[in-house]
Amino acid sequence: MDLQGRHLIAPLDLTVEEMEGLFSLSQKIIARPEEYAELCKGKLLATLFYEPSTRTRLSFEAAMLRLGGQVIGFSEPQSSSVSKGESIADTIRTVAGYADIAVMRHPKEGSALVAARKSGIPMINAGDGGHFHPTQTLTDLLTIKLEKGGFDGITIGMCGDLKFGRTVHSLICALGRYRGVKFILVSPEELRAPEYIRDEMTDFEEVRDLSEALPKLDVLYMTRVQKERFFNEEDYIRLKDSYILNAAKLKKAKDDLMVLHPLPRVNEIAIDVDDDPRAFYFKQMKNGMYIRMALLAALLGKADLT
Amino acid sequence: MEINSISNGIVIDHLQAGSGMKVLDYLNIDTELGSVALIMNVPSRKYDRKDIIKLENYENVDVNVLGLIDHNATVIYIQNGEIVKKLNLKLPQKVTNVLKCKNPRCITSMEAVPNVFHLADNVSGKYKCEYCDNIIKSWE
Repeated sequence: MDLQGRHLIAPLDLTVEEMEGLFSLSQKIIARPEEYAELCKGKLLATLFYEPSTRTRLSFEAAMLRLGGQVIGFSEPQSSSVSKGESIADTIRTVAGYADIAVMRHPKEGSALVAARKSGIPMINAGDGGHFHPTQTLTDLLTIKLEKGGFDGITIGMCGDLKFGRTVHSLICALGRYRGVKFILVSPEELRAPEYIRDEMTDFEEVRDLSEALPKLDVLYMTRVQKERFFNEEDYIRLKDSYILNAAKLKKAKDDLMVLHPLPRVNEIAIDVDDDPRAFYFKQMKNGMYIRMALLAALLGKADLT
Repeated sequence: MEINSISNGIVIDHLQAGSGMKVLDYLNIDTELGSVALIMNVPSRKYDRKDIIKLENYENVDVNVLGLIDHNATVIYIQNGEIVKKLNLKLPQKVTNVLKCKNPRCITSMEAVPNVFHLADNVSGKYKCEYCDNIIKSWE
């Protein structure tokens, strides 16, 4: 399979086979990183971050550097011509003239699609508002695959901000293609998953109580209430502590539960969970770099997926 | 009120009374190509009151959008005084710059891009924004 020149904007842009190919390449990179240290030598990645990011931006930059490539970009729009009112279309046309591949995060939903249509180089969506975040999904899936071996038949709980949680939206779309996956959506009424995401699921239930759902789960995907998406501070304050997972609550869960979180967390996972063997969110974060190495290499045509 | 019939062109009949102006606007007719008549609020056996649009000497008008605005309307094509075709309207698969995305976080609220919607469900008339996937229900 050849992904050279492709964009990754939405979670279903990659077929199941192509995703499996990326997981396989990631596992090879994890096993022997030194063999890939010069794979993208001479290639330049542009990182366009119109919104703050720690993990996604740094993991992309680390991924490119570990592949022997180089990185340019901005991490806040105030330091670029965006602050002068430049459109996304013009910015991406410019960047495509300098770099070989670009990663963009932007607060507006659909911004990555607009950019991709004007880009002559592969575009990767690193989060477009509360819409999608497909490379976090690759990270999440790789983490589940490494631990569980696959996805068929798993019961996954999505907890917290399912309305604005772009990582949740992407993960649901991607997992919906595997057999027998059951979703349990845990959120307050105001933060329910949007209709276009509910339409993607065939087997799901919506509950308000995390404790009720916990014993049934193979994977628990916790999320932060997305403060930056609220127009009203009062609503945020009222909802921000809707769900807090702690060691006491985890006693009701299966022994082989995986607790995932795209990070950053605020207080939805108490720190007394961090040392529990079921806490996978720090491993998940590290896997993000490896899957992004695989993705960059594939989109640049430097790795053929098998 | 007496309205002359046309020999060649298109008649859009049975429009909901009061919607004619809006329909004419969305059809984006080049008024230099022929004569255009908008007849409003005339008695109708079917709907009590209706609007009618008559486009004399027009052949190709994109009526796709009509299925979205008023699917009860009838589009009649006339040649040499004879009705040659009647169109059954249905919801269009794709509409551009007709529906506007109501999601304040959508890129269409910021960047100069067309508002594009795709039909997501024929039965419920749900349309999905091409950019942010926000769903709106037909002609709200």
